[in-house]
Amino acid sequence: MVKKTYFQLIFFSFFFIKETFAAESGGMPQLNPEFWISQIFWLVLTFGIMYLVLSKLILPKISNNLESRKSQILENIEAAETQREDSDAKLKEYDEIISKSKLQANSIFNQAREKALKDIGAKREVLDKQIDNEIAEAEKEIDVLRKNAPDKINKIAIETSSELLQKLIGAEVNNSSISAIVDDLSKRNGDKYYGN
Amino acid sequence: MAANPMSQFDVYRIGPEIKVGAFDISFTNASLFMILSTLSILLIFNLGSKKKSILPNKIQLLAELSYTFVSKMINDTAGSKAKPYFAFIFSLFMFVLFCNMFGMIPYTFTVTSHIIVTFVLAAFIFIGVTVIGFIKHGFGYLKLFVPSGVPAVLLPLIVVIEIISYLSRPISLSVRLFANMMAGHTMMKVFGGFVISLGIVGGWLPLSFSVALTGLEILVAFLQAYVFAILTCIYLNDALNLHH
Repeated sequence: MVKKTYFQLIFFSFFFIKETFAAESGGMPQLNPEFWISQIFWLVLTFGIMYLVLSKLILPKISNNLESRKSQILENIEAAETQREDSDAKLKEYDEIISKSKLQANSIFNQAREKALKDIGAKREVLDKQIDNEIAEAEKEIDVLRKNAPDKINKIAIETSSELLQKLIGAEVNNSSISAIVDDLSKRNGDKYYGN
Repeated sequence: MAANPMSQFDVYRIGPEIKVGAFDISFTNASLFMILSTLSILLIFNLGSKKKSILPNKIQLLAELSYTFVSKMINDTAGSKAKPYFAFIFSLFMFVLFCNMFGMIPYTFTVTSHIIVTFVLAAFIFIGVTVIGFIKHGFGYLKLFVPSGVPAVLLPLIVVIEIISYLSRPISLSVRLFANMMAGHTMMKVFGGFVISLGIVGGWLPLSFSVALTGLEILVAFLQAYVFAILTCIYLNDALNLHH
């Protein structure tokens, strides 16, 4: 408010100055009304033409340019957005495929392992059975051999002792008496030799 | 001529005297610089709006930056209702700015340093704003002079003050621009005169002052154009959106 009244004072003082210095040529040229009408005329003319040309021709073009740029930028942003969404979806798909295939690989591996384990178990059982059979057969053979062994030994003992006797006393000895003795001996000492 | 710091504001006739009736509308140096200013504005903005490229070149960028600068200024101070007056305020701002800036070139004439020019602009704005206010609000526009929330005792005084301040708008608006331009240019001329009169020995100090003043005056030239436009926006805002 003070500022405005101050300016008012200045303004009116200009008129006052003009009145006092009007006679002199060296006053303020601004207050010489000689060309006021001319200045007003040219101001209205130039400003009016400029306003008309700017408002009707130039400013709409600039605003159009700005609008079209804005809309294009918005379109581009939209396009970029949709493309980003697409790529996100694809990425998700890819992740799903990867996790699915991982699961599959896992299950395939597990199946294969189970199968292999089963195979190994079955083969081992078969082998165990075979081994058991073979062991049983071998044991049988050993048993047979063991059962036959005293008889053979007895026989050998009888034959060798009869031949010894023949060579020692030069007489034919009755095999049956010798075998009786041998049997008797082997029965007595059988436990000692065969451990049964 | 050079000795008088006020002689730079002299208006003189260029060419023959033109008279329409009793009125002298001769072409003067003031008319010349008005035409130069408007022509350069039209040239720059025409070049700046010709091409429709997404990536603007320099002159297009200049035009578009000015456009957005003024439109933002109007939108901030007067709101979206002031959109129809954009072209006028844009023209006003550019005209005052270019006239001020042309005045900064040595040996030129500053159109806006003449009270009659700024007063015609301010009076036109004042009348236009008042007409717009009465069209928009009818006699309700007079409520502008009655601020709300004022004690009844003070009201007669406040109303008188408000009316005076409203009526002094064109004067303050025109004198602000004119006085700033005239004072700045006179001061520069005075300091320039000191440089000459003090000569090679003592002239350096006023010369450095002159250089600093030139920078200041360029700032003032822009600032005053901005102030002129923004005050117009504020007055327009009062007329469009009655706040009181």
